[in-house]
Amino acid sequence: MDSLTCDTARRLLDPSLDGELEATTQLAFDAHLAACAACREARAGRLALIEGVKSQTRRHTAPDGLRQRLALQLAAAAPPPPSTALPSRRRAWLTGGAWASSVAALAASLMLFLATPGQQDSLDRDLLNAHLRSLVPDHLTDVQSTDQHTVKPWFNGRLPLSPPVPNLAGDGFPLVGGRLDYLDQRPAAALVYRHARHIINLFVWPAAGTAAQPPHLDSRNGYNLLQWSKDGMAYAAVSDLNRPELEGFQRLWEKSAVDNDAPAPR
Amino acid sequence: MHERTPASPQDDKSRWFQQIVLPHLDAAYNLAAWLTRQPADAEDVVQEAMLRALRFADGCREATAKSWLLRIVRNVAYDRLTASGGLALFADLNPDDPDGSGFTTDAFGGTTEDPESRLLKDQDRRQLDRLIALLPLPYREVLVLRELEELSYKEIAEVAAIPIGTVMSRLARARDWLHKAWSERNG
Repeated sequence: MDSLTCDTARRLLDPSLDGELEATTQLAFDAHLAACAACREARAGRLALIEGVKSQTRRHTAPDGLRQRLALQLAAAAPPPPSTALPSRRRAWLTGGAWASSVAALAASLMLFLATPGQQDSLDRDLLNAHLRSLVPDHLTDVQSTDQHTVKPWFNGRLPLSPPVPNLAGDGFPLVGGRLDYLDQRPAAALVYRHARHIINLFVWPAAGTAAQPPHLDSRNGYNLLQWSKDGMAYAAVSDLNRPELEGFQRLWEKSAVDNDAPAPR
Repeated sequence: MHERTPASPQDDKSRWFQQIVLPHLDAAYNLAAWLTRQPADAEDVVQEAMLRALRFADGCREATAKSWLLRIVRNVAYDRLTASGGLALFADLNPDDPDGSGFTTDAFGGTTEDPESRLLKDQDRRQLDRLIALLPLPYREVLVLRELEELSYKEIAEVAAIPIGTVMSRLARARDWLHKAWSERNG
């Protein structure tokens, strides 16, 4: 039975479409609509408007640059770390004085901010921290070259391994350069590739005695981490690339690395 | 691998913040962009809001994290707009005036701000965007929170610090105005 006036029904129109009416009120509203063509038409018009706004209005998404700045800023805002074990090790290991200590401080605060228990978590955290750190201006590469024959020898004498350095420019992943990094308190090679606007850090480090493992994907804070191991070496690709593209990169890289040469622990 | 037991706020505030608050970053940015109507300002607002959120993280509950964060974003955006005079622009419109005077499409023709050219470029495809950007702030925020962030009236009331009845009336009037403006421009 219709117990509502059109004025009342029009006031209930929006909350009704938004699912905000109590059941009894909604029933009364529906009963009025069944009896009133004008209010039915008003409802149809309103529904079309709402659906138009929902489907056509732009929902802004946070730019990548903002995400990265936030990770650094939030890290800086976190309280000082209880332990400085990592920075001191880093400092001893790195040669650049001021650069090393500022990166170490940054790393320590990021470590704290991203602190999570568990070995895998700890490695994920290291990987993501290293990736974020590399995005700080001028921290991306130690050796900047698109030439694999420049990048590969650069690691000689700096690392106990000689990673394969395929250039995948022909496949849309040009080599940007290489860098020394530090994961799980051990040195690692970081190969830097680019895909459109996206940076990919591929970390390579010795993992003797570890069984070969197929690629395994993790997501953290909007970044994808793809990890695998093979022939006593561990690999991790970290990027804001989406999953299929990062997996595509991994397959290309593996294939080219096998074609070129195997990583040889020295 | 990522299953974790819930941490107390003191246990690891940072980790908790990452898991509970950061996933709403896009929502925060969307609201900031719609309130400020300028991408650069929106980034600043979100950065400031996130730092505030981290500082006051103890006040956040997981179930209401999104509206909690959006309320902070909204407050930061209002602070900025007030400081830059952006709010005064709409002061004489008296958007709470119940008779609706001033709340017509014509009322926005004389504003000196030109949101179209800043945030919204493609005239045809972005017509709705442009119309929404023209809405006075109190109406725009309610509309964006409802249609784009899909918050309930209760959540919108918390974000905008207004009674639920005001949410309802502002939303209805924002939609009335949009409908009218849209009809006028599209015959």
